[in-house]
Amino acid sequence: MTGTKALAEFVAEATEILDALGRDLLALDEVRGRDDADPERVNGLFRAAHSLKGLAGLFGQERIARLANGAEDLLDRLRLGRLRLDDAVLDSLVDALDTFQSLLAEASRGEETDGLSRRAEDMATRLARLGSPPRAAEEDPLERLELDPQVRAVFTEYEEHRLRENVRREVSLWRVRAAFDLSDFDQGLADLNARLKPLGEIISTLPSARPGGVNGIAFDLIFGAQVNGDALTSGLLGTPAELFQLPVRPVVGAMPVATAASPEGAPSPKARRGGGRKKAARAPPPSEETAPPAGEGAPSAPGVPPRMRAVPAVESAAPLASDAGGARPEAEPSLRSLTQTVRVDIGRLDGLINMVGELLLIKANLQRLAETTRQDGAIAVSKLFGQELARETRQLERKLEALQEGLLEARMVPVGQVFDKLARLVRRIARDAGKEIDFAISGGEVELDKLIVEELSDPLMHLIRNAIDHGAEPPEARLAAGKSRRAVVQLHAEQKGNHVVISVSDDGSGIDETGVRDVALARRLVTPAQAAEMSRRELLNLIFLPGFSTRDRVSELSGRGVGLDVVKNNLGNLSGIIDVWSERGRGTAFHLTLPVTLAIIRALVVGVSGRTYAVPLNSVLEILAVRPEDISTVERREVLDLRGQTLPFLRLARLFHLPERPVGRHFVVVVGLAQQRMGIAVDELHGQQDIVTKPLGGRLRSVRGISGATDLGNRRTVLVLDVAELLEEGIAQERRRA
Amino acid sequence: MRFKVLIVEDSKASREFIAATVEAVDEVEAISTSSGFEALKLLPRHRFDLIITDINMPDINGLELINFVKKNPNYRDVPLFIITTEGREQDRERGMALGAAEYLVKPFVAGSLEGLLRRYLKLP
Repeated sequence: MTGTKALAEFVAEATEILDALGRDLLALDEVRGRDDADPERVNGLFRAAHSLKGLAGLFGQERIARLANGAEDLLDRLRLGRLRLDDAVLDSLVDALDTFQSLLAEASRGEETDGLSRRAEDMATRLARLGSPPRAAEEDPLERLELDPQVRAVFTEYEEHRLRENVRREVSLWRVRAAFDLSDFDQGLADLNARLKPLGEIISTLPSARPGGVNGIAFDLIFGAQVNGDALTSGLLGTPAELFQLPVRPVVGAMPVATAASPEGAPSPKARRGGGRKKAARAPPPSEETAPPAGEGAPSAPGVPPRMRAVPAVESAAPLASDAGGARPEAEPSLRSLTQTVRVDIGRLDGLINMVGELLLIKANLQRLAETTRQDGAIAVSKLFGQELARETRQLERKLEALQEGLLEARMVPVGQVFDKLARLVRRIARDAGKEIDFAISGGEVELDKLIVEELSDPLMHLIRNAIDHGAEPPEARLAAGKSRRAVVQLHAEQKGNHVVISVSDDGSGIDETGVRDVALARRLVTPAQAAEMSRRELLNLIFLPGFSTRDRVSELSGRGVGLDVVKNNLGNLSGIIDVWSERGRGTAFHLTLPVTLAIIRALVVGVSGRTYAVPLNSVLEILAVRPEDISTVERREVLDLRGQTLPFLRLARLFHLPERPVGRHFVVVVGLAQQRMGIAVDELHGQQDIVTKPLGGRLRSVRGISGATDLGNRRTVLVLDVAELLEEGIAQERRRA
Repeated sequence: MRFKVLIVEDSKASREFIAATVEAVDEVEAISTSSGFEALKLLPRHRFDLIITDINMPDINGLELINFVKKNPNYRDVPLFIITTEGREQDRERGMALGAAEYLVKPFVAGSLEGLLRRYLKLP
């Protein structure tokens, strides 16, 4: 393995581990404050930290290995029940994840800055110090369980702890024995696990030392049942499982009701609650003894739901503030992935492979036809043969289309990948800003091209930060305005045809458009005359102008607009478009409209003044034939009347300074993205074709209205129009002429 | 190839690192898997000369695999190394008690693994 290849591999695997860590942390955060965190989840976190440590050690990534060691140690104590999962622990783990991501980012660039090294050291120390004192010593409950010492000998420390917990909570324990065929035991075992999981906790899976013959294998599952013996038996009907209850001696001096020795009796209420999982009835609020110790970040608002509340940054303020003197306490780590790999569902790959198989078959048929022709010479080229050839060609075409679609799908990833990362960030931003935020995510399953998803994280982070910093009011102000104490920030994705719309909205104070106008006037972005004629919508859109506000100065009107031009540009590069809606006192919403993929698109091929261009079909709404006299001029710009709506009209020839030909009628391609529409005049329509857009290099890159070039197959290279830019160009013209 | 070594480790990077180290020794072929279940299926299909397994894995744990191997007359004589991480003494002790021959503590160095391999495969 070469150095760079090894590094890339390390980064790829570490990224996967950190992603898994992030997902599990988020899930734990949702049950924050309740005492029923899923033990499997906590164990998953531990395993992730453990793997990361081993991985970093192998690749000589000392800093990551050291911090992972700290995290593993903390999570080990957590999963072994030596530590309680309180707010301080959860917050520290989230911060540790951030630090890991920064460390990995540096590692991928081959850097090692002192600031980050210090931060990682501080973080490791903090993790080591965390923790409430261990539970008072008691008799080991495991001593009461009658279990073959040989079985106990193969438990890991963790499995032993889970077993102990189950005994302590008086859950009835069973040995579930099942024999399978060696060839497909994993399937059988998976089915059995699926049956068992809703009924309790699978503590251990032991392959039996006495397999049933050469081709058989048996397993003993140690199972903590949340249901009584009858329910367990009926739940396993139809599986090869046999049940044996593990006897537990009653606690010495225990109340008679707490006896769990009777196998058929329903579990006591205590046992039911103790082992309760996600779907079980919620545990009662934590009692005094389980409340977090004073000084470790007490909740700011007693009585409010504990999820993502802003905690006064008592312990975390010091290390954060020392990092940087600026307004942002810490450099924001980019949420972009460090790796270029896409994980593809195996089912999708199988589908592609099958398709290739079918294509090979068709190729063989075509070859056979060609061979026949060659041998039979001129006489045999009959109609029948022509029909056969046409049929095979059609088959080939259909399969190729399917193959193309399948390959495109393989590039798709759920936007949830980015959403999850953002959710973790929200908590820190809210804490730093002293806001109380409920963050809601929906539509994470909507899929987009991996490249687009990657590029989305920074713009979305920007918008969410704005929503928290400037949209959401402080709790007191919200209460005074008659709103709920906690502000709601929502991130939502939705597929609409060939596009995906992602919205970032808040129920905060909204944007004051008169303030926007004043700032735009003060910065000389518009003239007073222009401003006077602008609608509310147009005024709001001024926040996207470059120079509306600068990065280092927070603008005075509720702070909106910090670098929004950058966001808009980023989206433009993805052929996307951004829209804003806002109402004073009610909130603000940004809508991002994006194409599903950039890889292969269907395009309309058009001709203008003897040149050929491609227009992405996903933004084409309709095509009209228009006579020259249908074009009218309003305020010195050309418009069309489209069913009562005024449609801006753009002559492509004029935009690209081509000689215009006199024509009897124009073809008008009506394009639209989000709310914006425009008619583009062309001379000829050549039809539709799939294109792969290649970026332009050199000076051509900055030509407005062109997103790239494509090869039409007959070695003709044509330019691809950038509809988002053209729409903007149209609006800019409007503004200049107004 | 004269010798076959089974590597059971769920971390891809570790697995590949170990496989590369093992295959650097002449006449040794590494067969690796990320899961204990897969290991159970591989056992009857090959004649392994050595097994290297991690302890913490998602399906069955390494201790269970050791127990299975050591209790099965077909495999019980195959030497078995466990891979553990610093700080997991209890798991390590159990693995040794169940019959593991050696343990490797992550992060380990290629040289020591190679030395152990040669010793157990009786290579010069």
